[in-house]
Amino acid sequence: MLTAKNLHQWRGERHVLRGIGFALEAGQLLHVAGPNGTGKTTLLRVACGLSQPEEGELDWRGQPIARLGAEFFWDLAYVAHDAGLKGDLTARENLRYAAGLRATASDADISSALATLKVASCADLPTRALSAGQRRRVALSRLLIGSAPLWILDEPLTNLDAAGAALVLELIARHLVSGGMALVAAHGELALSIGRISRLELT
Amino acid sequence: MTPRTGMIRAATLLIERDLRLAFRRASQLCHPLVFFLVVTTLFPLSLSPQPSQLRDIAPGVLWVAALLSSLLALDALLKSDAEDGTLEQLVLSGQPVVVLVTAKTLAHWLVGGLPLVIISPLAAMSLGVAPDAMLVTAEGLLMGTLTLSFLGSVGAALTIGVRRSSVLLSLLVLPLAMPLLIFGARATDLAMAGEASSGPLYLLGALLAFTATLAPFAAAAAVRIGVE
Repeated sequence: MLTAKNLHQWRGERHVLRGIGFALEAGQLLHVAGPNGTGKTTLLRVACGLSQPEEGELDWRGQPIARLGAEFFWDLAYVAHDAGLKGDLTARENLRYAAGLRATASDADISSALATLKVASCADLPTRALSAGQRRRVALSRLLIGSAPLWILDEPLTNLDAAGAALVLELIARHLVSGGMALVAAHGELALSIGRISRLELT
Repeated sequence: MTPRTGMIRAATLLIERDLRLAFRRASQLCHPLVFFLVVTTLFPLSLSPQPSQLRDIAPGVLWVAALLSSLLALDALLKSDAEDGTLEQLVLSGQPVVVLVTAKTLAHWLVGGLPLVIISPLAAMSLGVAPDAMLVTAEGLLMGTLTLSFLGSVGAALTIGVRRSSVLLSLLVLPLAMPLLIFGARATDLAMAGEASSGPLYLLGALLAFTATLAPFAAAAAVRIGVE
């Protein structure tokens, strides 16, 4: 489980995270909510270990993530607001390199992940030719390759149509049921059919 | 649980990815090469086409042109990955950042540095350099461009967060590249005079060993700060 205690982070002069704490257990989703500019992305980047909190503790399975290093990263799948795709590579190639750096990913895994997100038809197009929604689907399909127990998602529903949003929520629910955890920043509501949701309101 | 990717496999994957990306943009691939050829051609035009005078300036011209043209592509070494968010994903892949940065630097040299080494005899010939000295120049450039790529990786990592960073990057890297220029041009000079050029070449090798072992660590530390 992921626990945070009393996290503080400044962005220049601005005190963005002011004593944030939460506990995320297996099968639970933590919905980070709040208006724009209240530090949702900052909190997610701190939780990923991409930036260090200036104060506070962040533990994964009882150990500080700064000490765990790669072991924590292997348990984590982060989909940022930027899709993290190379425009000149096809969707399939993007996934092959991104997933291949972490663990062995077979072509079948990649194809089935793309098919689940309903972007199998554009698997062999360069991602710069895709629409914003299709790019988001390709980025999210990375979650299904490998078996990271902790998903950290920054506004996963942006640019998705209603069917796409429902599909992503369904995937999150399935992940929670199988014992996964999700830390999701979204300004809207997350209407999840099953799974435990708690809400962290940032102001 | 699927088996985790080893370090070597991760590095080769990343090199493969960067080479594939480079060849998708083949026009950009040629820019440093054409720049190198154009600059070395400008000197005979602006000075005088007398072979004796050309031979005097040849070592300096070859090395300055090679340094400047390998600086051209340096800006893209980490910047493009930082802009589309793939650099974050690389850091979060759980692979040591040192290995990833080294892989990216080698890929960058393969597309930006090695072609210069291969084409350098052509430029040397147009400046009236004798065949023996051409070989020494190519050997020197082989080590020099690789050293410059490693030095440049530190500069590129430090300027990840800076917009339009190419000028700043040149200002950071060029002063550090001065020893390369001195020993490289000296090696060519000695070879053209028919003397033993192994001394400066050994020093170039020492510089390469020095930067190849230390620069990736500095660059990795700068990348971690850069993605923050």
